[in-house]
Amino acid sequence: MTINIILGVLLVLAAVWTVMTARVLRSVIGLAVTSVILTIIMFKLNSPLAAVFELSVCAGLISAIFISCISLTQRMTEEQAATRLKERFSMFWLLPVILVLAGVALYQLHLTPDLSLQQAAPTETDVRNILWNLRHLDILGQIIILIAGAFGVVALFKD
Amino acid sequence: MTDLPQVFWLLSIAAALLLITGFYCLIVTYNLVRALIALEILTKSVTLFIILAGYVTGRTGMAQALAITLIVIEVVVIAVAVGIVLCVYKNIKTIDGRSLRNIKG
Repeated sequence: MTINIILGVLLVLAAVWTVMTARVLRSVIGLAVTSVILTIIMFKLNSPLAAVFELSVCAGLISAIFISCISLTQRMTEEQAATRLKERFSMFWLLPVILVLAGVALYQLHLTPDLSLQQAAPTETDVRNILWNLRHLDILGQIIILIAGAFGVVALFKD
Repeated sequence: MTDLPQVFWLLSIAAALLLITGFYCLIVTYNLVRALIALEILTKSVTLFIILAGYVTGRTGMAQALAITLIVIEVVVIAVAVGIVLCVYKNIKTIDGRSLRNIKG
């Protein structure tokens, strides 16, 4: 139980640091850290394949895409960064307050829903069977979306 | 993780707080890259909800399949959105959303 509380708190703290830090590059690092913590939670929730996807794609590929984007745009000067830090503080001071209040309110509700649901048959817990037999249209959709995305990027950078 | 309702409730609170963080950043920020980062945080919250639902119902396979589909869609959306941000930067030399208000056509 304690490890769940620690992981949940770390997840939220990493997300808050991601949105509150002044430099965008630090935000991207924070996002990768959030992904890593989410990966640990997913491993603990018996979802190893999705966790590996989350780690390799969200913490790896998306961070690389964002860092490429940041390196292609102009860097902030030190004065701009200092001004931006004050600006960000005025914009984001409310966020921790809202989060603490929402967290306390939700914890006080203490809803423990009836989770005595029927457990799935063993075949249904195997993600490979589900992906290839039951949800094969999802894979087709993923392929179409990937091709559409590739064409989209090519169209955007066409001269 | 023996106490299933407690685990569900605690991680649901974390996912809800993640959702609030993402929405707040999306509403407040003007930086286009940071808006995409907020979108990423929102997606992470939804992924956590899906995996959690699969865990408590015992259908982790289905939940993982949906989470993988979500991650693939997320990557494509981010790649195209980053392309759009770079095109905006190439044309108006800024990634501030406020400077896009006078776009015509």
